Amino acid sequence: MTAAEIGRDLHTGKYTSIEVTRHFLERIDRANQSLNAFITVTPERAMADAARADARIARGEGGPLTGVPLAHKDIFCTDGVLTSCGSRMLSNFVAPYDATVVERLAAAGMVMLGKTNMDEFAMGSSNETSWYGPVRNPWDGTRVPGGSSGGSAAAVAARLAPVATGTDTGGSIRQPGALTGLTGFKPTYGRVSRYGMVAFASSLDQAGILAQSAEDAALVLGAMAGHDARDSTSVAVPVPDYAAGLGRPMKGLRIGIIREFFGEGLEEGTGRAVRTALEGFSAMGATLVELSLPNLPLSVPTYYVVAPAECSSNLSRFDGVRFGHRCSEPRDLLDLYRRSRGEGFGAEVKRRIMTGTYVLSAGYYDAYYLKAQKVRSLINADFRRAFSEVDVLMGPTTPTPAFAIGAKVDDPITMYLNDIYTIGANLAGLPAVSVPCGLVDGLPVGLQIIGPHFAEERLLAAAHAWQLETDWHRKLPPLFA
Amino acid sequence: MYDFRQVFGIFPAFGAIVTLTRRDVEGIALLARLEITEQELPVYVESLSRILGFVDQLSAAVTDGVEPMAHPLENQVQSLRDDLVTESDRRDCYQGNAPLVAAGLYLVPKVIE
Repeated sequence: MTAAEIGRDLHTGKYTSIEVTRHFLERIDRANQSLNAFITVTPERAMADAARADARIARGEGGPLTGVPLAHKDIFCTDGVLTSCGSRMLSNFVAPYDATVVERLAAAGMVMLGKTNMDEFAMGSSNETSWYGPVRNPWDGTRVPGGSSGGSAAAVAARLAPVATGTDTGGSIRQPGALTGLTGFKPTYGRVSRYGMVAFASSLDQAGILAQSAEDAALVLGAMAGHDARDSTSVAVPVPDYAAGLGRPMKGLRIGIIREFFGEGLEEGTGRAVRTALEGFSAMGATLVELSLPNLPLSVPTYYVVAPAECSSNLSRFDGVRFGHRCSEPRDLLDLYRRSRGEGFGAEVKRRIMTGTYVLSAGYYDAYYLKAQKVRSLINADFRRAFSEVDVLMGPTTPTPAFAIGAKVDDPITMYLNDIYTIGANLAGLPAVSVPCGLVDGLPVGLQIIGPHFAEERLLAAAHAWQLETDWHRKLPPLFA
Repeated sequence: MYDFRQVFGIFPAFGAIVTLTRRDVEGIALLARLEITEQELPVYVESLSRILGFVDQLSAAVTDGVEPMAHPLENQVQSLRDDLVTESDRRDCYQGNAPLVAAGLYLVPKVIE
């Protein structure tokens, strides 16, 4: 059942929010030990939310999401609930307020089931850097679900939650979405407030959705998007009725196929599934145009300067003084800082903080950071040129289906290259979505659709049109069918 | 297992070889206020060198006359609000997350002898 279907059933009285919430809590109870998708389950909060939603519906109030359960990535602050960000550093942090995303979805009547596992501080592509242990892919428990929103992806793929929030800094919604057979939607930078979302790289971070369908993504996006005075980078552009725009025809849509995304790094079966999907859009009346974004192959090295630089600055707030982990018996203030941070952060987070510290340090700033921000301009210009010719860009979301747990954890650069197709959209602040387009050896693969700034409606319409023609998004992991 | 190194093939150029020393990494760790153990040190010497070598391929990009990009969206103006107090005093609540407080103050080791 999708979130939209549950919402409709609640309004027709087929079942109550309390009943459907209990159903998902039971599924979490049975499966979470093996998947490790949730860090915290909040059954009491969920039942209270559900009772309130049922009362609203009984009064004839509420909208399409009222009473529908959801899970939040543990990067979003939730008042009175542990908000760990997958880190030992915040393993004792009970947020004193709600993130805007949490607040808005609660106001829409959604029921919070709990907080999902994630790569530590959203730094990872496999969910293996979490202090709470790796998440397992419901399609194959020996494989990763992707990351960093791996817990949200596994939870929705195994139907422990109908829909979940995520965040995407370099592909952290789209990549796990692709690897678990979900619709992973990253909005335009600034479309959704970052208030209360633990910061990793502030010029790249954006909140989004892991959903079963484009329709669900449209409903949830509509409820969470919009200007927020508490986030100065959130944009005052009106929020359209995304669900109402889903029916747009594909006829006449100009689709750009990114040549650089079909190089030799692309695994064969994934490439085949994506090409078949492109033919499907052509059959629906869209026009396919192959084009080149020559600077896009530089997006991974650009990202691994810009994102660590911003991370080293953002994570300087964790000092062992005001909140978070503190070492025992510090000798002096420097020792307090260094040991609290050394103990509180995991290996990948420390690696990125140090990379960022280095590229921002005197003597290296121009060669690395300034250079990367200039290359970022070139990548941005490539996208702008492309969107003067086409309406959307399409290609694979990831080079391969889900890989084995442990396969890449010791080699950071190989891990970083997982995001080779997703990072460009973050650097340019563009909206992008991954939709399921096939199975390769029983593992899902994703088609990525990228649009110009604030073209969320166009992306959702394309994803929805594809899902009307195909049933890849309805496929369930055999163990959870 | 699929060989991910093939993805390198699509890059225009390989990065340079960068070799950080143990001393370099100790210096970076001090700047970053991170304690790194003896066991961790060689791992970071190796991986940070490789990462810097990897990102060094940016140096081959021609960026003469290109403005650095600071923000993904153009023409954004900072929104302003009225200069009014909008927050209430929640010190006790916030300090509930602090490792060590006394009389409303955050405690740290003695700074001035």
